[in-house]
Amino acid sequence: MTDAPATPAPPPFVGPLADKDRIFTNVYGFQDWGLDAAIMRGDWDNTKALLDLGQDVIIDRMKASGLRGRGGAGFPTGMKWSFMPKESKDGRPSFLVINADESEPGSCKDREIIRHDPHKLIEGALVAGFAMRARAAYIYIRGEFIYEAKVLFAAVEQAYSKGFLGKNACGSGYDFDVFVHRGAGAYICGEETAQIESLEGKKGQPRLKPPFPAGAGLYGCPTTVNNVESIAVAPTILRRGPEWFSAIGRPGNVGTKLFQISGHVNKPCVVEEAMGIPFKELIDRHCGGIRGGWDNLLAVIPGGSSVPLVPAREIVDAPMDFDGLKALGSGLGTAAVIVMDKSTDIVRAISRLSYFYKHESCGQCTPCREGTGWMWRVMERLRTGEAAVEEIDMLQDVTKQVEGHTICALGDAAAWPIQGLIKHFRPEIERRIADKRGPVMEAAE
Amino acid sequence: MLSRGVHPLMADAPQIPDEAETRARWGGFAFNADYAEKAKVAIGRYPEGRQQSAVMALLDFAQRQVGEETQTQGWLPIPVMEHVADRLGMPYMRVYEVATFYTMYNLAPVGRYHVQVCGTTPCMLRGSDDVFAACKNKGLVKGATTPDGLFTLAEVECLGACANAPMVQINDDNFEDLTYESMTAILEDLAEGKQPRIGPQIDRKTSCPEGGPTTLREMVSENHDYRGQWNEGARA
Repeated sequence: MTDAPATPAPPPFVGPLADKDRIFTNVYGFQDWGLDAAIMRGDWDNTKALLDLGQDVIIDRMKASGLRGRGGAGFPTGMKWSFMPKESKDGRPSFLVINADESEPGSCKDREIIRHDPHKLIEGALVAGFAMRARAAYIYIRGEFIYEAKVLFAAVEQAYSKGFLGKNACGSGYDFDVFVHRGAGAYICGEETAQIESLEGKKGQPRLKPPFPAGAGLYGCPTTVNNVESIAVAPTILRRGPEWFSAIGRPGNVGTKLFQISGHVNKPCVVEEAMGIPFKELIDRHCGGIRGGWDNLLAVIPGGSSVPLVPAREIVDAPMDFDGLKALGSGLGTAAVIVMDKSTDIVRAISRLSYFYKHESCGQCTPCREGTGWMWRVMERLRTGEAAVEEIDMLQDVTKQVEGHTICALGDAAAWPIQGLIKHFRPEIERRIADKRGPVMEAAE
Repeated sequence: MLSRGVHPLMADAPQIPDEAETRARWGGFAFNADYAEKAKVAIGRYPEGRQQSAVMALLDFAQRQVGEETQTQGWLPIPVMEHVADRLGMPYMRVYEVATFYTMYNLAPVGRYHVQVCGTTPCMLRGSDDVFAACKNKGLVKGATTPDGLFTLAEVECLGACANAPMVQINDDNFEDLTYESMTAILEDLAEGKQPRIGPQIDRKTSCPEGGPTTLREMVSENHDYRGQWNEGARA
């Protein structure tokens, strides 16, 4: 036996979050989104002082905060910013592209930021763009967010009118523009290189990497693509200090996060909570529990349609963060939590996602273009039971042939929900096939 | 009976009208003063020589203008796409590619109201089947326009309002937290020329939990500034 350490590390703080530690205080839009109201809530509060920290200090503090990208992949944001060139050797400008093409089924957080707290995003665009020495930011907002785009255009206009953007932004001596670009309905444009193609006025088909956007992105210039939430939290992190942010959540999975809970809970909602909050606490505290009680829970897709589902018994006590959900064979994704109770036709629920990916495949890579349609058609047969049992393994095999064999991750995203279904609900699929065939005469022993 | 122009399999195989009558009707298309100004502003958002970036905005403006001229949501006849191409100095093919790639550009005429019901899993779980049933019982058929030219029904993929599922986007407006009854009422209102209430159709503020917020309650009645509490002790 060795001596126990004198002072054990305090347990990580995983919620519930206090209101004072919430970043998006107007998330439901009870108050005005406009500039004056936003300033009263603390936005654009001496932004010049943040910029006066200098590029390197801002990036160091973002790294120290432990913020991981909120768009799904969870790449450290500060590190991403540091990949941008510190000086332009050939005169090319740098760009910041902010990904507001929120289209992942289950995700609806960027919408709330844009329509209710747009100035957090715009101020974040200036701070982030300055830190990475960008000339301008383009906010790529999905076309279907028509009202949200109107708010965003107007909010950017307000920021210009006060001198917060444009020449000598916020009196910092730095010139910075923010432009809004509306999409027109294509999930794939949420992929960073497809988004850049789309910004250039082309079909949104992903580019091969390398070159990575930080080397050659928009118009061939160094570009960083960040999610709306990653950018919008930056000013608050810098104001309150990286220690504040990193003290929330578990190591490597820190900060606050907008969770979006949909499906079979009593009160679906969007809510900002501490990273790592246990699933049960998240649902009981903010969503009024599972419809029909906890015994009625079947499965949860914890991070948007692209991550595998998790069966009820495994999710209940799981910490809702990157590593906690990865340990369950799933992922946090965008923290879009899709809850399914026992009334769910689980095969149909996943088959509908397969249809989504078939619809949204950009058609560039053969495994995805052909595979998504093929997988959907087989899923529909499994849904009705009009299939052979061997087709389950064949489908699993085909998902493996799509996964990892395409330019972008859409192929992977189409494969994973099916793999999750087969892993956890194979008996249900087999039951349907058996039911469809009717009772089979067994030979007597 | 389906009205002309919209094929039931439109989503899979767009039937792009490019007949003599389409050319005759739209060959002289040009942006009106309002949209010409908007187009100029849109082009100005991009660097010199990169005006192609504005193609998505200009196609949207063109579709809206066509809509205003035809009292529908609008669509993009080939000659209209060509006008956009000319305006931006792009080969026609590059504009066709963009117009056919993105789902919000209508390649064939639609009705006065483009009823786009989300059918993706989060909405499906909350009852999008009932929303489709309400549409069906009002005579709407997927991929088709009603004979009176009022409604075109489409099933669309996730529109990003999942905490307010099920939902429908009708032209520029979202209607959320739908039931069979509320969807029926919305269609009836529109048919009678009334404007239904936009947003959640139940007693709820945006994506706040039904019955009132579980967080940030001060914000309901005042524009609360939480900065004064930032340094107060306990986190919870």
